[in-house]
Parts: sequence; C-alpha cells; structure tokens
Amino acid sequence: MAISDVKEYTHLTEEEVEQLGRELDAIRAEVEESRCDADAAYINRVIRVQRGLAAAGRLTLLAGLQSRRTRTPAWIAGAGLLGLAKILENMEIGHNVMHGQWDWMNDPEIHSSNWEWDTAQPAEQWKHSHNYIHHQFTNVLGHDNDIGYGVLRMAREQRWHPVYLGQPVFNALLAGLFQWGVALHDLDLEAIRTGKKDPVEMRRQLRQIARKGRNQVLKDYVVYPALSGRQWRSTLKANATANLTRNLWSYMIIFCGHFPDGALHFTEEELEDETRAEWYLRQMLGSANFEGGRLLHVMSGSLGFQIEHHLFPDLPSNRYPEIAVKVQALCEKYDIPYTTGPLHHQYGQALRTIMKLSLPNSMTSSDKPEPPSPSVDRRRRTDAERPRRRTETGGYYRSQSA
Amino acid sequence: MCSLNNVAGTRTVSWDRFRDAGSKLTTPLHPDDYLRLLNPLWTQRELRGRVERVIPETEDAATLVIRPGWGWRYDHRPGQYVGIGVQLDGKFHWRSYSVSSPPQRRGRTIAITVRAMPEGFLSDHLVRGLAPGTIVRLASPSGDFVLPEPPPAKMLFLVGGSGITPVMAMLRTLDRRARSNARAMPDVVLHYSSPTPERMIFREELADLEQRHPSLTVHRLHTDTDGMLSLSTLDTVLDDWRDRDTWACGPAPMLDAVESHWEQAGLADRLHLERFSLELGGDGGEGGTITFRTTGRTAEVDGATTVLEAGETAGVGMPYGCRMGICHTCTLTLVSGTIRDLRNGNEFSQPNEQVQTCVTVPVGDCTLDI
Repeated sequence: MAISDVKEYTHLTEEEVEQLGRELDAIRAEVEESRCDADAAYINRVIRVQRGLAAAGRLTLLAGLQSRRTRTPAWIAGAGLLGLAKILENMEIGHNVMHGQWDWMNDPEIHSSNWEWDTAQPAEQWKHSHNYIHHQFTNVLGHDNDIGYGVLRMAREQRWHPVYLGQPVFNALLAGLFQWGVALHDLDLEAIRTGKKDPVEMRRQLRQIARKGRNQVLKDYVVYPALSGRQWRSTLKANATANLTRNLWSYMIIFCGHFPDGALHFTEEELEDETRAEWYLRQMLGSANFEGGRLLHVMSGSLGFQIEHHLFPDLPSNRYPEIAVKVQALCEKYDIPYTTGPLHHQYGQALRTIMKLSLPNSMTSSDKPEPPSPSVDRRRRTDAERPRRRTETGGYYRSQSA
Repeated sequence: MCSLNNVAGTRTVSWDRFRDAGSKLTTPLHPDDYLRLLNPLWTQRELRGRVERVIPETEDAATLVIRPGWGWRYDHRPGQYVGIGVQLDGKFHWRSYSVSSPPQRRGRTIAITVRAMPEGFLSDHLVRGLAPGTIVRLASPSGDFVLPEPPPAKMLFLVGGSGITPVMAMLRTLDRRARSNARAMPDVVLHYSSPTPERMIFREELADLEQRHPSLTVHRLHTDTDGMLSLSTLDTVLDDWRDRDTWACGPAPMLDAVESHWEQAGLADRLHLERFSLELGGDGGEGGTITFRTTGRTAEVDGATTVLEAGETAGVGMPYGCRMGICHTCTLTLVSGTIRDLRNGNEFSQPNEQVQTCVTVPVGDCTLDI
C-alpha cells in the first residue's frame, strides 16, 4: 500500500515527528554555519579537474588520432576522458550547482541562477521538473513525474496496459538516450498528445530545447569531427561513446535513487497538511542510498547519499558523508528504515521492478514492504493544481521567452 | 564562426570575437571558463584583478596595486570608486573604494587605498591580510564625485581622514596634466584633517606636490591636538571659499556639516560630496524607495512589502521561485542601499551582494540590478 500518512506508517507520534524535524533542522543549521574555505576549495577543485579532463580528452582526440601508431590508444583515452568529464560535469557539478548548493559563496560563476550544464536539457526546465516537481513531491503517486519518467511503469499503482510489455526495450532506450529523455521531461508529452498543453508555453520550451540541443549536437558531432580532418569519423565515434557512457552511467545512478525496494511510494493524501517534519520523513522513506568509496560518490554526483540529498538538497555535496552519519543515527533512534546497499544490489532491484511491472500485477509479486493500493490516475498535475511550493529544493523560474 | 571569415579581409579579427567563436567548442561554457584555469586574469566572465603590491601608507592604511584582467577599461574618471570582491571563508564579500591612481591610457594597474576600520573585518583583511598574488573580483568604476573636464579655475578640496583617496586621484591627474602640458595647475586648496600627522595618508606625496606646484596650497589640520575644523571660522582659514568649486569627502558628520553650511550660503550647487561611510536611511526606519536599475522603474514601499512584491507591482519582470526564501531563484544583485532579511533580521548592505528578493524588505532607499 502506498503510504497515505508517514506518521502512521512509522508509528511515530506527532510530537516525535516534530522532534525529528527539529533535529534535522539542527543538522542543517550546523552545516550552514560551518561552510568555509575548504568547501569553496572543494567545488573549485572539482571544476578545475573536470575542465582539465574535458580539455585533455578533446586534445587527445584531435592530436592523437592523426598518427596511425597512436590512433587506438588515443581513441580509448580520449573517449574515456571525455566521458568522465561529462559525468563529473552533469552529476557532481551541474546538478548540485543548480540546486543552489554553492550559492552561499556569492560567486556568480558558480551559481544556480545562471549555471548551464553539458547536456541537452536547458537548465531552466531542469530546475522546474527536478528541483520543484521531483524534490517537493518525491514519490507521491500522480505528482512526482520521476516515477517512471512518463515512460516506464515503476509502481504497481500505475494501471497496466499491454504497451508495458515493451518495458524492457523502453528501459534500454531510455538508458542509451538518457540525455534526450531528460531533455523532453519537462514538456509533458502526454499533455501535448491530449492537446492540453498551452501551445505558447510548448513552443517556448521547444525552442529552448532546440537551441540547447543544437549547440550540443554541433559541438560533439560537427565541430570537433570537422577539426579532426580525415579522422572525423573516429572523433565522431569517440564523442558518441563519451555521451553514451555518460547516459548509461547517469541513468543507472538515478535509477538507484528511488526505485530500489526500500524506497516507498505515497498517495496524494500524504500531501494534505504535510508539515515540514513530515516532508523530511517522506524524503527519508522515499529515497535509497548506495554504498561506495569517495571516488564512486563523487562520480555519481553524491547521489549515493540520496537520502541526505533529499533532506538537504541545497547543502554542499561534499558534506553529505558527515551528514549521513548523523541521519543514520537519527533513523536508528526513531526506528525509521534507512535504505542502502551496494550499487549493483540497488540497481538490480530497480531492474527487477522494471521487468516485473512490465507484466500485470496478478502475474508478479510485490517486492515493496507493503502491498500496493488501488491504481491512480497518471495524468500530470499542472503547477496550479499542486500545493504551494515550500522548501529548500533549489530554485526554478520561467523566463517569458525562449 | 563568421568572424574567422574576416581574416583575409581588411578588418582584423578581434580577440573577443575569436573567443566568442571558440564557444562553439566549449558550449555551454565560454572559452574564458577554461582560459582562466591557465591564468586567472584571462577571463571576462567576471572582472578580476591580481594584487601586485601592498604598499603600507600609514599604520592602518595601505595602497593595493591591482592588475586588472581581461575586460577592464582603464578609463575611470579621477574620483570614481571601484567595487572589490574578496573571497573570505569561501564567501565573496564586496566593498567599494576610491581609485587613488590617475586614469592611464596605457596603464596596467590601478591603485586603491584602504584604511582598516575598527569594525570593518573586510577593510582590515584588505590592509593586513591580502598577500600579493591574490586574485580579487572587481566591479567597474562608478560614482559622480569626479574632476570635471576641463577642471574649474579655482577649487577647494575639504578632506577628512581616508576621504583623501578620491581627491588624490584628482590631484595626481592635475599634476600629470600640468607636467605633460607644461601648464600650471589650477588654483587648488586642499584642507586635510587627520587626527595626527602619522595617520595622514599620502603626506609625503602631498608635500612634494605642494613644493612643485605654487598654485596648490595644502592646509593640514591635526584634530587630536588642534581640534576639528569649525566651518564658522572657514572665512579666516580661506577667505575666498565662496568662489571655489568644492569637493568634500570624509566622515558622515563632517559632510553633514559641510552640506548645511554650503546650503546656508546658497552655494549647494557648487558643492560635490562623496559619502563613503555606511548610511542607514533616515532614522533607521524600514521601507523606502527601491530603484530597479536596468528597467529604470521605482517603487515606494513600506517595511512589510518584499523587494520581489515591490518589483512585481512596479511591473519589473522579477525572477521568482518558491517565494519563501529557500530556492534562491529570485536572487538579484544589490547595487546600493540596505535590505533586511525578514526571516532573521540580517541586513545586507554590500554593493554587488546577491540578495533573495522574496524574503527581504528595504531599509531606506536601495537599488537593484534588474
């Protein structure tokens, strides 16, 4: 059963939930007050490394492909460096900067209001679909468009249709073309199909996507290949490989955030009169971490600390490890589940759900701790139908024109 | 890439246009985002400068010689100030200081002179804690406390303490022109108040200028021993002050006194003031006029209307997100004035500070960059 009341589910009293909220607020305050030089140095270092990797990758391809002797190693090294650079830019830098994690530095060069990332999705649309819709309505059926991204059936409450038999294929396509899937995410294709989308807004968003996408495609598939002369084909393939690597990796990391078995779903009733403390609690119940070393966490944009990220989306990502220790202690104290496991384990569970839910509910069993509730209407809510925006999830705005 | 087509043409390709073309390679970043990693000054994304030298002027004041990076135009007018942003504990803090060096056509550096204020942690850091080589952010010169072109024949500078810095830029400019054109300096009187001789910034240079230019007179007043300048006795100090265009710069009480004295004499239009101390609007009450600089709109608001609401009412296309002070979407740059955060009473008054408009109200008049 998707959860309609987090208090009831966790057997906590209202006072206990509010106390938990105060303790989490205290963790936030402590981190906010201790942000310092070392944190600023961290993000600047990551940015420097990322730009170094990107430049090294491009130069390796441009120069190394020209001689027959160095061609193969240069291709492998170049594609690899570029893939790493794109992963680091999208995940540890872009995603986190756009949440406003580094706005406290008062540095306009590293600020959520103007950061544009190296992927097809325009930052403005990302900040709406992710910072607002996903982070505020996390795992609420019918409200969080990230439950299956409008493509996959990821909750048993979503009504089955024979088209979902193709889910394993859709999943593979989504993984390979992830940046383009993300690029279209804020459009709401279903509203467009049913004619409910405001045509002016749709044209504006499409123009934005077209402009951003064109620049991205030109760079990787026209300009750099053209600069490679006779080796244009190799450069083009290397760039495509780098993009594909980034797509597969970010797809996998993101699917580990809310689709492992321990990450629960909620019904619309939970949103009614939800307090800040209950919002915290929903984030803890709806998110899943994965375990790994420091490098893995940096390469996954610190999303292995998904629970901490959802509690404090705008605190600097380099602080998540220390926050995690405190959050785990709180989970133990209040007897709240803290979902984590090795990366392959978490992704395995997500993949199993994708496969199982391609079939009707009657043919498979649920892996969630609770049985499913009645199915829900999958139509996306417009902003006007949603509860008022409330917390620290990072900003968004709609510009008037593309 | 169109700029590259001009290579064979008569027009040379400008370096800026070449870099803009390079952004096809670096999109969504700009080539400067990479170049600045090779040399921190090689970027126009934000104006930057490198501190070349820190010259102690007095016990508590120092001149910072700064080499600006790309995009800096050395065309400040003598008397103007620049913003300087320094990252301390990870956060950029901004202050404005008068440029003390004269404008240069082929200059490579600018100089600002800073006095460490007792309560000013940033000024103290600038005077004592800034190592040569430090990269700082800069904001373009602004201010209308400037030497007119051409300068009037008779001038009076009324200066208190570190108020000498913009005046020094004017004197140096007059000196340079006098030397290069072999013309005499205009009739200039500088009345310079300072607690002690030791605390007088630029005292040796002023003595040198005074010696070289007969038309420059410097009155030195050491207020610890001789007391403050009383404007009622100004006639005995300088009988022709009414004939002079006057520039006054110093502590707020001094400027208030000067302002009313000149007003009483009916000479307000010949007085130029530079207030370089923080002014809390009126009696510290809340509300005021918000000016939205880029759109040129203004809004009169009380102490309960947020800057965001005021902007929207005035028809400014304000960015907004959560409207609850969390998301930072509404963040704008504060150009001048003071605003208060309704959540915790914190006040923001640094020029170029990023402020969240949805949870802040003006404390007196303020200006925002939108």
